[in-house]
Amino acid sequence: MSLSQAETVAVAPEETGGSLGRDAWRRLRRNPVAIAGALLVTLFVVVALLAPWLAPYPPDKPVGQVTPVSIPGPSAEHWFGLDDLGRDEFTRVLWGARWSLVIGVVSLLLGMAGGLLLGLLAGAFGGWVDGVVMRVVDMMLSVPGLLFAIGVAAMLGSGLDAVMIAIAVVNMPIFARLLRGQMLAQRRSDYVLAATSVGVRRRRIVLGHILPNSLTPVIVQGTLTLATAIVDAAGLAFLGLSSNDPSIPEWGRMLADTQRYLSSAPLLAVFPGLAIVIAALGFTLLGESLREALDPKYRR
Amino acid sequence: MLRFVVRRLALLVPILVGLSILLFLWVRALPGGPAEALLGERATPEAVERVQRLYGLDRPWYEQYLRWVGNVLRGDLGVSTRTQHPVLEELLRTFPATVELALTAMIFAVGVGVPLGYFAARRHGTWLDHASVAGSLFGITIPVFFLGYMLKFAFAEKLGILPTAGRQDPLMDAEHPTGFYVLDGLVTGNPEAALDALAHLILPGIALGTIPLAIVVRITRASVLDVLHEDYVRTAEAKGLRPATIRGRHVLRNALLPVVTIVGLQVGLLLGGAVLTETVFAFPGFGKFMADSITARDYAVLQGFILFTAVIFVLVNLLVDIAYGLIDPRVRTA
Amino acid sequence: MRPVNPASRGSLLEVEDLSVVFRQRGRADVRAVDGVSFSVSPGETVGLVGESGCGKSVTSLAIMGLLPKRGVRVEGGVSFDGTDLLSLPPDKLRLLRGRDLAIVFQDPMTSLNPVVPIGTQVTEVLTRHRGLSNGEAREEAADLLRRVGIPDPSRRLREYPHQLSGGMRQRALIAAALACRPRLLIADEPTTALDVTIQAQILELLKTLVAESGTALILITHDLGVVAGTCDTVHVMYGGRIVERAPRHELFAEPRHPYTGGLLASVPRLDQPRGVRLQPIEGSPRDVIPWARGCAFAPRCPNRVEECTPVAPELLGDRHGLRCVNPLRSDQPATKAVPR
Repeated sequence: MSLSQAETVAVAPEETGGSLGRDAWRRLRRNPVAIAGALLVTLFVVVALLAPWLAPYPPDKPVGQVTPVSIPGPSAEHWFGLDDLGRDEFTRVLWGARWSLVIGVVSLLLGMAGGLLLGLLAGAFGGWVDGVVMRVVDMMLSVPGLLFAIGVAAMLGSGLDAVMIAIAVVNMPIFARLLRGQMLAQRRSDYVLAATSVGVRRRRIVLGHILPNSLTPVIVQGTLTLATAIVDAAGLAFLGLSSNDPSIPEWGRMLADTQRYLSSAPLLAVFPGLAIVIAALGFTLLGESLREALDPKYRR
Repeated sequence: MLRFVVRRLALLVPILVGLSILLFLWVRALPGGPAEALLGERATPEAVERVQRLYGLDRPWYEQYLRWVGNVLRGDLGVSTRTQHPVLEELLRTFPATVELALTAMIFAVGVGVPLGYFAARRHGTWLDHASVAGSLFGITIPVFFLGYMLKFAFAEKLGILPTAGRQDPLMDAEHPTGFYVLDGLVTGNPEAALDALAHLILPGIALGTIPLAIVVRITRASVLDVLHEDYVRTAEAKGLRPATIRGRHVLRNALLPVVTIVGLQVGLLLGGAVLTETVFAFPGFGKFMADSITARDYAVLQGFILFTAVIFVLVNLLVDIAYGLIDPRVRTA
Repeated sequence: MRPVNPASRGSLLEVEDLSVVFRQRGRADVRAVDGVSFSVSPGETVGLVGESGCGKSVTSLAIMGLLPKRGVRVEGGVSFDGTDLLSLPPDKLRLLRGRDLAIVFQDPMTSLNPVVPIGTQVTEVLTRHRGLSNGEAREEAADLLRRVGIPDPSRRLREYPHQLSGGMRQRALIAAALACRPRLLIADEPTTALDVTIQAQILELLKTLVAESGTALILITHDLGVVAGTCDTVHVMYGGRIVERAPRHELFAEPRHPYTGGLLASVPRLDQPRGVRLQPIEGSPRDVIPWARGCAFAPRCPNRVEECTPVAPELLGDRHGLRCVNPLRSDQPATKAVPR
């Protein structure tokens, strides 16, 4: 009994700390889930960054002979085989990481920026500003995410920009709610009361105290959202809402274009599919273990 | 309780009004302007004029909006440029299939997820628990369309035991008075058709239900773990009650409260996921129709369907909230 | 008052060298209960007294068989009316629990299921153990609620826990515990979570009810004031062991263990001269040494001598048992008078 009490005492300061505390870092390193997530993420990012050097062939040019009925499968020269247009599948999967990372990160940052701004407005001003912002957020959440993204992407005309903006817009309400909730909770906390009582001005309290302390959950949510952004981007591409340029090796589009070879070359759709899973799983595992490490409440 | 419902309904009004404004403006922001967006590039002048009249594009914007809302409330959602049928007609024709599919997915998610989450919590820290946590993380991540493809590959291509396209064997002689094919088979006294329709639902249902399943497992597990540590469960044990009584009356009745809320939120996920799932399985429902409309730039359909989905989603969550109130006495008698 | 002579009757509950060890991976084992022995006669009221963490609640959970299976090792013997409870198969134990053995827990706010009506939480014991139909059980439950002093019982049966006050809830829990007229009732800090004014009522209610039905009572508390008006025999626990045991009057009149003396001195008393301060026990129950290295209370003990370590004293004495090498003398006041 006294042991668990001692543990609570040791953990307590971390809960209020804004930075990734030493204790959280230690828990993270000891968690096999976190390590698995970190490895997958590293693999994904390294492949994305080094794709031009890692890829053995050009991503947009045929390198072998194919007909719709004879698509060569994996071999020593072409590890994942050739796709339906005779391009090297392995090369295209590697390049796909690049697009996935770009789309994921850009849409996450855009959505985060927009959402945090909304949340900051609502949380800092309260009152009618808060009311209006939260009604807008409710409204956005009342359309199922993927349909919302379809609508936005269709409005902007298809293309990578449209996909990124669509996903960003869909993710905004999550961050708006998160930051607002954090700020409301922090505003009632002791250290903010203390700062107020010694006459620190509101802007300084919000920017200097409340905001930094709200960032930990934002980082966790950001990691998890990156995973869904990658999956959603692939989904939009699967529906034909991505770039029309066939030379861009986008995983969702690769899957959509090759799924009709279910009987003759079933692996063609499996490789990009697995690539999406690896990338998304990596960020999910990392995000979940981050949340566990930072918030002992989730530990089980 | 009545007051609770009325208050919740009142909260819906600004959301729906805002949403309708948004969708109204959306058409205006489409590439090529509303007339071209709604009619396609090769529209005849008469058709353009019809749209102009329908939307009153020469009038001030608020008058246009009110006219449009009036039309929507009368059930006029415009005409599909692809099929030349009214959008409402297409909606009512395709929606039953999606309802059937979504129900299958939900039954799968809750029917498998609740027992799995419960046993994972009861065997906290064992391999079953770890496996269910890992499995649910995986299930949340895997894209619906990829899972659908893999299911098709395994069950249709390799094993050849389940159909992977459509809702009914085209060679089967079946009537469809209600549009819900399983129900149709039963009411027309054709159990074979009902079974066939059911078989067509299995793979898409699993594909669509996997993310909700993963979420239900997680929520149930966490919730049961919480409840098992509650004092009232210890009290129930101290009374020497039968394990079944403790499980049903004292553990699950409390632990499933959060699951009810989650199920409501999944409806949005299901309607969105249906677009992808129905595309993979060539399932002629609302989602497939919408996916086809994206490729055809059929904006009238997209507008009508998105509005309809939002209304359904909001109403389902209202119903779930009311159901929650009925189940939880702390809300009901407050 | 019943006669205090447990030895003349066969005992109902016999706890023999009971130990409970909590084991956690990567941590040292924690021995929460360490060789506790005591017995309870039919109709007797026994007090188990000590600070939080002394092992008194764990003892009661061990008797009831309510400790988790994993990570806990229970040793020794608990025999109830000749039946060994520790080796009883779970389904047999379930038949005893709630019928012959019952327990009332500390916190009535959390011990009732929030989504089940009060009525069901009382009747479920009756239908389970006495085979009553639902209708019969409801009548009986209404009767029970009336007996524990809940007005308008037929309405209360339909209500949910959140609609009742804390005192009412504890009465409902007592009603459920006594529904099958158990032969042994364990009350684990039954009044601690309640308002002071309610505490006395609940205590009085418990006393009356066990006296009426001839139920034996183990009253677990940190508060010697609660024990004073109720118990026949009192066991004082510290660090998982019984350090002193005696008939109530003797314990209050002549405490021998310095810990008992300290507990008594920290209770406000009317017979104390004015201007005498309450005397807290120094330190906290966390400042213990393992019994293997001496008396666990030694670090906090005012009477500490060299012999307190490294060998822990045995519990000696039949009628008035004591585990101490340097007990309080009868002329040494339990309360050191500290003039203001």
